[in-house]
Amino acid sequence: MKIAVLVKQVPGADSPLPIQSNQNWVDEGAAAFIMNESDNYALEEALQIRESMGEGEVVAVSLGPDRIQKVIREALAKGADRAIHIQMDTEGVIDPLVTASHFDHALKEENFDLIFSGLQSDDLGMGQTGIILGEMLGMATASLAMATELGDGRIKVKRELEAGWFQWVSLTLPASVSIQSGLNSPRYPSLKGIMGAKRKELKVVTPNVVDATQSLEKVYLPKSEKQTVMIEGSADQIVEKLVETFRNEIKVL
Amino acid sequence: MMDILIVLEDNNGRIHRMGLESIVAAQKLANGMSLSMGALVMGANGDALAEEASEYNVGEVLKIKNEHLSSYSSDGYAETVKQVIEQENPTYVIFGHTYQVRDYAPKVSAKLMKPFLVDNVDVSPNEGNVVFTKQMFNAKLFSDVTPTGDGPYLISFQSAAFSSEKADVGSAAVRNCTVNLDVSMIRTESEEPFQEEAGGIDLTSADIIVSVGRGIGKKENIALAKELAQALGGELASSRPVVDAGWLPAAHQIGSSGQSVSPKMYLALGISGAIQHVVGMKGSKNIVAINKDPEAPIFEIADYGVVGDVLEITPKLTEGIQ
Repeated sequence: MKIAVLVKQVPGADSPLPIQSNQNWVDEGAAAFIMNESDNYALEEALQIRESMGEGEVVAVSLGPDRIQKVIREALAKGADRAIHIQMDTEGVIDPLVTASHFDHALKEENFDLIFSGLQSDDLGMGQTGIILGEMLGMATASLAMATELGDGRIKVKRELEAGWFQWVSLTLPASVSIQSGLNSPRYPSLKGIMGAKRKELKVVTPNVVDATQSLEKVYLPKSEKQTVMIEGSADQIVEKLVETFRNEIKVL
Repeated sequence: MMDILIVLEDNNGRIHRMGLESIVAAQKLANGMSLSMGALVMGANGDALAEEASEYNVGEVLKIKNEHLSSYSSDGYAETVKQVIEQENPTYVIFGHTYQVRDYAPKVSAKLMKPFLVDNVDVSPNEGNVVFTKQMFNAKLFSDVTPTGDGPYLISFQSAAFSSEKADVGSAAVRNCTVNLDVSMIRTESEEPFQEEAGGIDLTSADIIVSVGRGIGKKENIALAKELAQALGGELASSRPVVDAGWLPAAHQIGSSGQSVSPKMYLALGISGAIQHVVGMKGSKNIVAINKDPEAPIFEIADYGVVGDVLEITPKLTEGIQ
């Protein structure tokens, strides 16, 4: 079983996100980068499949400037067998068709049985790259995986539907599956893993030129959305005013 | 032929709420640019959906019946939408950003090599340059995005970005369309959908929701919120930390990993307003927040705010309503 995992480096949840003065993008020099959350789960799922089958290869693939080698090394330290770095400046690159085309170009000779990706990135939140790549490579696809089972040349995926519903879907291999956060418990790299990662293969490739189909005009801070009516007083006065608001303003009583 | 194609999703024989919201978005775009519209329905409930869709101002309704579409598959639906786009040649193809759309619309984008601008919160029609507004970095920043090159452009809108009540009504004619599908195109086999636990609740149809956050303090205090919900005739919900702590089952969770709701009243008790929660409830018609921290971000989106102790106010409020 040969599995590719798409991993992305994104600013962490608590990272500063200062906007550039030209509003083109955030100032990446001020950001604190980590591995995208759902990609971390996707990597763990791939490692567990390789371990339970006792054979196979997990290849971490990432696209971006040199800074992303930090998450590539992290993936190798956790147990990926080798890695591919598609090296390019990604500032202002938001088009999933462009990104997926670069992955397609880098991976089409590899003949992976499975491609795992995180459901969506915590920066752009497009949620498409793994599915588009699967389509480009002629693979079956599924999104929002909360569990996976392999057997008989197929992968069964427990898909999260809306409003607390789930559905098992069986896909022919090869397949590209996007992984939802929370389906496993991602490991931390061991010291041995960190040392070993330095000796693993990290292939750096350069992408083709691909025309964008959507463009980022500007980024900006959210505007304050509402005038809030503050209700004040003692607890009893507040309750009285709330009941009146429920009855006369919101009309739910 | 039409300029805007709205793709409507089936939700147990009714048009998915986010489909109705996407009609409003499409109408805004159509009015701003003087464009024509059409709405697409498909699947086993196509007749009922077509009838419902025809009551809106959507130009015309396209109905597709095909044995390979009786249950959802990403391959079948992606191929169908692709073929309809090729037949009708729309510039804009509008979806609600549902889980189903996330599953198959990227495949349409790849088949056509045309962009899919996802999860937009607004559309601004200007002469020859339509701008779509999308949140980035988990809604910490906003962005303006435009499609480039020739259409069609696939566009989805975030839950509650538009209010379905604002959809213009009309009387659209229904036209039957056909697509060519073959069983060999469909590479997935689906089992029946199921709920993880008995007593799963659909919060999306509740008019009143009383929702608790970490500020409720401990599991025993959940009962206070439950009593208030009962007094109001509403449903009990929560933010993720409450579920993670084991105080309520996951079926109650509102937010990006739970349910998305837009009730008449959303009463937030001790909820700070982290964005993962807010995306699931900001479309509520009236948001009332009670929190002891005056700086809590929930107050930025609240219509009514109380800075105070939820443990003191909640039981008194229950009493006051009774």
